Amino acid sequence: MKYRTFKFFVDFEKEEKWLNQMAAKGYNFIDFSLPGRYLFETGNPGEYIYRIELLKHLPNSPESKDYIEFLEDTGGELVSSHFRWAWFRRKSADGPFHLFTDYSSQIKHYQRIIWFIGIVGIINLVIGFYNLCYGLLLTGPDYGFFFNAYLAPISFLIAFFCLKVTTSYYFNLKKLQKESQIHE
Amino acid sequence: MPESTERGALTEAVYYILLALHSPMHGYGIMQYVKELSNDRVNLGPGTLYGAINTLIEKGWIKALSTPENSRKKEYEITLKGRETLLLEIERLEELLAHGNKIARRDA
Repeated sequence: MKYRTFKFFVDFEKEEKWLNQMAAKGYNFIDFSLPGRYLFETGNPGEYIYRIELLKHLPNSPESKDYIEFLEDTGGELVSSHFRWAWFRRKSADGPFHLFTDYSSQIKHYQRIIWFIGIVGIINLVIGFYNLCYGLLLTGPDYGFFFNAYLAPISFLIAFFCLKVTTSYYFNLKKLQKESQIHE
Repeated sequence: MPESTERGALTEAVYYILLALHSPMHGYGIMQYVKELSNDRVNLGPGTLYGAINTLIEKGWIKALSTPENSRKKEYEITLKGRETLLLEIERLEELLAHGNKIARRDA
Protein backbone atom coordinates (compact mmCIF):
# COMPACT_ATOMS: atom_id res chain seq x y z
CA MET A 1 0.00 0.00 0.00
CA LYS A 2 1.19 3.49 -0.78
CA TYR A 3 0.92 6.60 1.34
CA ARG A 4 1.54 10.13 0.17
CA THR A 5 2.12 13.23 2.22
CA PHE A 6 3.39 16.77 1.83
CA LYS A 7 6.03 18.23 4.09
CA PHE A 8 8.49 21.07 3.82
CA PHE A 9 11.99 20.72 5.24
CA VAL A 10 14.98 23.02 5.14
CA ASP A 11 16.95 21.09 7.76
CA PHE A 12 18.08 17.76 6.27
CA GLU A 13 18.82 16.30 9.71
CA LYS A 14 15.24 16.87 10.84
CA GLU A 15 14.03 15.35 7.58
CA GLU A 16 16.28 12.33 8.09
CA LYS A 17 14.93 11.89 11.62
CA TRP A 18 11.35 12.07 10.36
CA LEU A 19 11.99 9.51 7.58
CA ASN A 20 13.52 7.14 10.13
CA GLN A 21 10.55 7.62 12.46
CA MET A 22 8.23 6.80 9.56
CA ALA A 23 10.35 3.73 8.70
CA ALA A 24 10.16 2.60 12.34
CA LYS A 25 6.36 2.63 11.97
CA GLY A 26 6.53 0.61 8.76
CA TYR A 27 6.26 3.45 6.24
CA ASN A 28 9.23 3.15 3.91
CA PHE A 29 10.03 6.29 1.96
CA ILE A 30 10.35 5.62 -1.78
CA ASP A 31 10.13 8.92 -3.65
CA PHE A 32 10.41 12.66 -3.30
CA SER A 33 9.29 15.39 -5.67
CA LEU A 34 8.85 19.14 -5.37
CA PRO A 35 7.31 21.04 -3.71
CA GLY A 36 7.54 18.52 -0.87
CA ARG A 37 5.70 15.37 -1.81
CA TYR A 38 6.89 12.27 0.03
CA LEU A 39 5.76 8.86 -1.15
CA PHE A 40 5.85 5.89 1.20
CA GLU A 41 5.26 2.20 0.86
CA THR A 42 4.04 0.13 3.77
CA GLY A 43 6.43 -2.58 4.89
CA ASN A 44 7.94 -4.15 7.97
CA PRO A 45 8.46 -1.65 10.78
CA GLY A 46 12.12 -0.83 11.34
CA GLU A 47 13.33 -2.62 8.21
CA TYR A 48 15.39 0.30 6.89
CA ILE A 49 17.66 3.11 8.04
CA TYR A 50 17.55 6.26 5.90
CA ARG A 51 20.32 8.79 5.27
CA ILE A 52 20.33 11.98 3.23
CA GLU A 53 23.35 13.36 1.40
CA LEU A 54 24.06 16.43 -0.65
CA LEU A 55 26.16 14.91 -3.43
CA LYS A 56 29.20 16.71 -4.83
CA HIS A 57 27.84 16.37 -8.35
CA LEU A 58 24.45 15.78 -9.96
CA PRO A 59 23.26 12.17 -9.49
CA ASN A 60 23.62 11.24 -13.17
CA SER A 61 27.17 12.59 -13.52
CA PRO A 62 29.91 9.94 -13.92
CA GLU A 63 31.41 10.90 -10.51
CA SER A 64 28.13 10.43 -8.67
CA LYS A 65 27.25 7.26 -10.60
CA ASP A 66 30.55 5.74 -9.52
CA TYR A 67 29.86 6.71 -5.90
CA ILE A 68 26.28 5.42 -5.95
CA GLU A 69 27.46 2.12 -7.46
CA PHE A 70 30.07 1.84 -4.69
CA LEU A 71 27.44 2.54 -2.06
CA GLU A 72 25.07 -0.04 -3.54
CA ASP A 73 27.86 -2.63 -3.53
CA THR A 74 28.14 -2.10 0.22
CA GLY A 75 24.47 -2.92 0.78
CA GLY A 76 23.02 0.59 0.46
CA GLU A 77 20.33 1.67 -1.97
CA LEU A 78 19.62 4.97 -3.68
CA VAL A 79 15.93 5.52 -3.01
CA SER A 80 15.31 8.91 -4.58
CA SER A 81 17.21 11.96 -5.73
CA HIS A 82 16.42 15.54 -6.46
CA PHE A 83 18.95 17.97 -7.90
CA ARG A 84 22.11 17.12 -5.87
CA TRP A 85 20.16 15.70 -2.90
CA ALA A 86 20.15 11.94 -2.53
CA TRP A 87 18.12 9.70 -0.22
CA PHE A 88 19.82 6.43 0.68
CA ARG A 89 18.70 3.51 2.80
CA ARG A 90 20.10 0.24 4.06
CA LYS A 91 18.51 -2.68 5.84
CA SER A 92 18.81 -2.19 9.57
CA ALA A 93 19.72 -5.88 9.86
CA ASP A 94 23.09 -4.91 8.33
CA GLY A 95 23.91 -2.85 11.43
CA PRO A 96 24.19 0.89 12.05
CA PHE A 97 24.18 2.96 8.88
CA HIS A 98 26.02 6.28 8.67
CA LEU A 99 27.39 7.74 5.46
CA PHE A 100 30.19 9.67 7.14
CA THR A 101 32.03 8.22 10.11
CA ASP A 102 34.95 10.57 10.64
CA TYR A 103 35.27 14.26 11.35
CA SER A 104 36.95 15.24 8.10
CA SER A 105 34.23 13.74 5.87
CA GLN A 106 31.45 15.07 8.13
CA ILE A 107 33.01 18.53 7.99
CA LYS A 108 33.18 18.42 4.18
CA HIS A 109 29.53 17.39 3.95
CA TYR A 110 28.45 20.21 6.27
CA GLN A 111 30.48 22.70 4.23
CA ARG A 112 28.75 21.60 1.02
CA ILE A 113 25.33 21.97 2.66
CA ILE A 114 26.12 25.37 4.20
CA TRP A 115 27.10 26.71 0.78
CA PHE A 116 24.05 25.19 -0.87
CA ILE A 117 21.40 26.38 1.59
CA GLY A 118 23.20 29.67 2.18
CA ILE A 119 23.08 30.49 -1.53
CA VAL A 120 19.42 29.49 -1.81
CA GLY A 121 18.75 31.81 1.15
CA ILE A 122 20.61 34.74 -0.37
CA ILE A 123 18.91 34.29 -3.75
CA ASN A 124 15.52 34.38 -2.02
CA LEU A 125 16.53 37.47 -0.08
CA VAL A 126 17.48 39.24 -3.32
CA ILE A 127 14.27 38.16 -5.07
CA GLY A 128 12.28 39.28 -2.03
CA PHE A 129 13.82 42.76 -2.06
CA TYR A 130 13.38 43.03 -5.80
CA ASN A 131 9.70 42.16 -5.59
CA LEU A 132 9.16 44.46 -2.65
CA CYS A 133 10.79 47.44 -4.37
CA TYR A 134 9.19 46.71 -7.69
CA GLY A 135 5.78 46.25 -6.13
CA LEU A 136 5.91 49.31 -3.91
CA LEU A 137 7.88 51.80 -5.99
CA LEU A 138 7.72 50.99 -9.65
CA THR A 139 4.17 49.82 -10.07
CA GLY A 140 3.25 52.08 -7.16
CA PRO A 141 0.00 52.97 -5.47
CA ASP A 142 -1.05 55.03 -8.49
CA TYR A 143 -1.52 51.84 -10.43
CA GLY A 144 -3.24 50.11 -7.56
CA PHE A 145 -1.08 47.10 -8.30
CA PHE A 146 1.00 45.63 -5.52
CA PHE A 147 1.26 42.08 -6.82
CA ASN A 148 5.05 41.88 -6.64
CA ALA A 149 5.01 43.27 -3.14
CA TYR A 150 2.62 40.51 -2.09
CA LEU A 151 5.08 37.92 -3.39
CA ALA A 152 7.97 39.34 -1.40
CA PRO A 153 7.03 37.82 1.99
CA ILE A 154 7.15 34.31 0.49
CA SER A 155 10.74 34.85 -0.58
CA PHE A 156 11.58 36.47 2.75
CA LEU A 157 10.11 33.53 4.61
CA ILE A 158 12.13 31.00 2.58
CA ALA A 159 15.24 33.18 3.01
CA PHE A 160 14.65 33.36 6.76
CA PHE A 161 14.43 29.58 7.17
CA CYS A 162 17.44 28.94 4.91
CA LEU A 163 19.63 31.42 6.74
CA LYS A 164 18.44 30.16 10.12
CA VAL A 165 19.40 26.58 9.21
CA THR A 166 22.69 27.76 7.67
CA THR A 167 23.56 29.48 10.93
CA SER A 168 22.81 26.40 13.02
CA TYR A 169 24.87 24.23 10.63
CA TYR A 170 27.66 26.75 10.86
CA PHE A 171 27.80 26.32 14.64
CA ASN A 172 27.72 22.52 14.24
CA LEU A 173 30.59 22.82 11.78
CA LYS A 174 32.64 24.91 14.20
CA LYS A 175 32.01 22.35 16.93
CA LEU A 176 33.20 19.52 14.65
CA GLN A 177 36.27 21.47 13.62
CA LYS A 178 37.15 22.11 17.23
CA GLU A 179 36.70 18.43 18.11
CA SER A 180 38.82 17.38 15.14
CA GLN A 181 41.73 19.38 16.53
CA ILE A 182 42.01 17.18 19.58
CA HIS A 183 40.88 13.78 18.37
CA GLU A 184 39.59 11.84 15.41
CA MET B 1 54.27 21.77 3.47
CA PRO B 2 53.94 18.52 1.44
CA GLU B 3 57.00 17.01 3.18
CA SER B 4 55.54 17.39 6.65
CA THR B 5 52.02 16.23 5.78
CA GLU B 6 53.47 13.05 4.22
CA ARG B 7 55.02 12.25 7.57
CA GLY B 8 51.96 13.13 9.66
CA ALA B 9 49.84 10.62 11.54
CA LEU B 10 47.45 8.49 9.53
CA THR B 11 43.79 8.60 10.38
CA GLU B 12 42.32 5.49 11.96
CA ALA B 13 40.26 4.86 8.83
CA VAL B 14 43.30 5.08 6.53
CA TYR B 15 45.41 2.92 8.85
CA TYR B 16 42.81 0.15 8.90
CA ILE B 17 42.09 0.39 5.17
CA LEU B 18 45.82 -0.08 4.45
CA LEU B 19 45.90 -3.09 6.77
CA ALA B 20 42.79 -4.58 5.14
CA LEU B 21 44.21 -4.21 1.64
CA HIS B 22 47.17 -6.50 2.28
CA SER B 23 44.89 -8.89 0.45
CA PRO B 24 42.71 -7.66 -2.45
CA MET B 25 39.25 -6.56 -1.36
CA HIS B 26 36.25 -4.60 -2.58
CA GLY B 27 34.56 -1.83 -0.60
CA TYR B 28 32.16 -4.03 1.32
CA GLY B 29 34.98 -6.45 2.15
CA ILE B 30 37.04 -3.60 3.65
CA MET B 31 34.09 -2.49 5.82
CA GLN B 32 33.52 -6.02 7.16
CA TYR B 33 37.23 -6.71 7.70
CA VAL B 34 37.83 -3.47 9.61
CA LYS B 35 34.70 -4.00 11.68
CA GLU B 36 35.81 -7.51 12.70
CA LEU B 37 39.43 -6.54 13.30
CA SER B 38 38.40 -3.70 15.62
CA ASN B 39 35.74 -5.75 17.45
CA ASP B 40 32.89 -3.61 16.05
CA ARG B 41 34.53 -0.38 17.17
CA VAL B 42 35.39 1.04 13.73
CA ASN B 43 32.43 1.16 11.35
CA LEU B 44 33.41 2.81 8.08
CA GLY B 45 30.54 4.68 6.45
CA PRO B 46 30.34 4.28 2.67
CA GLY B 47 30.82 8.04 2.12
CA THR B 48 33.93 8.12 4.28
CA LEU B 49 35.35 4.92 2.79
CA TYR B 50 34.76 6.05 -0.79
CA GLY B 51 36.53 9.36 -0.16
CA ALA B 52 39.45 7.63 1.56
CA ILE B 53 39.87 5.05 -1.22
CA ASN B 54 40.01 7.76 -3.88
CA THR B 55 42.55 9.80 -1.91
CA LEU B 56 44.72 6.73 -1.34
CA ILE B 57 44.63 5.85 -5.05
CA GLU B 58 45.64 9.44 -5.90
CA LYS B 59 48.55 9.15 -3.47
CA GLY B 60 49.55 5.81 -4.96
CA TRP B 61 49.27 3.97 -1.64
CA ILE B 62 46.67 1.56 -3.01
CA LYS B 63 45.60 0.59 -6.52
CA ALA B 64 42.39 -0.58 -8.14
CA LEU B 65 42.75 -4.05 -9.66
CA SER B 66 41.47 -4.69 -13.16
CA THR B 67 38.15 -6.42 -12.64
CA PRO B 68 37.08 -9.60 -14.39
CA GLU B 69 34.19 -9.00 -16.74
CA ASN B 70 31.62 -10.97 -14.76
CA SER B 71 32.27 -8.92 -11.62
CA ARG B 72 31.01 -5.37 -11.27
CA LYS B 73 32.69 -4.75 -7.91
CA LYS B 74 36.06 -3.07 -7.99
CA GLU B 75 38.83 -4.59 -5.92
CA TYR B 76 41.75 -2.73 -4.40
CA GLU B 77 45.18 -3.70 -3.11
CA ILE B 78 47.96 -1.97 -1.20
CA THR B 79 51.04 -0.84 -3.19
CA LEU B 80 54.71 -0.89 -2.22
CA LYS B 81 54.50 2.80 -1.40
CA GLY B 82 51.47 2.09 0.80
CA ARG B 83 53.35 -0.64 2.67
CA GLU B 84 56.30 1.68 3.28
CA THR B 85 54.00 4.40 4.60
CA LEU B 86 52.27 1.95 6.88
CA LEU B 87 55.58 0.65 8.30
CA LEU B 88 56.68 4.23 9.04
CA GLU B 89 53.38 4.81 10.80
CA ILE B 90 53.80 1.65 12.89
CA GLU B 91 57.23 2.95 13.95
CA ARG B 92 55.65 6.24 14.96
CA LEU B 93 52.93 4.45 16.91
CA GLU B 94 55.56 2.32 18.67
CA GLU B 95 57.32 5.49 19.75
CA LEU B 96 54.04 6.89 21.13
CA LEU B 97 53.31 3.64 22.90
CA ALA B 98 56.79 3.38 24.40
CA HIS B 99 56.61 6.91 25.76
CA GLY B 100 53.09 6.35 27.05
CA ASN B 101 54.12 3.22 28.89
CA LYS B 102 57.21 4.84 30.32
CA ILE B 103 55.64 8.08 31.51
CA ALA B 104 51.91 7.56 32.07
CA ARG B 105 52.10 3.94 33.22
CA ARG B 106 55.47 4.36 34.91
CA ASP B 107 56.78 1.06 33.56
CA ALA B 108 60.39 0.33 34.42
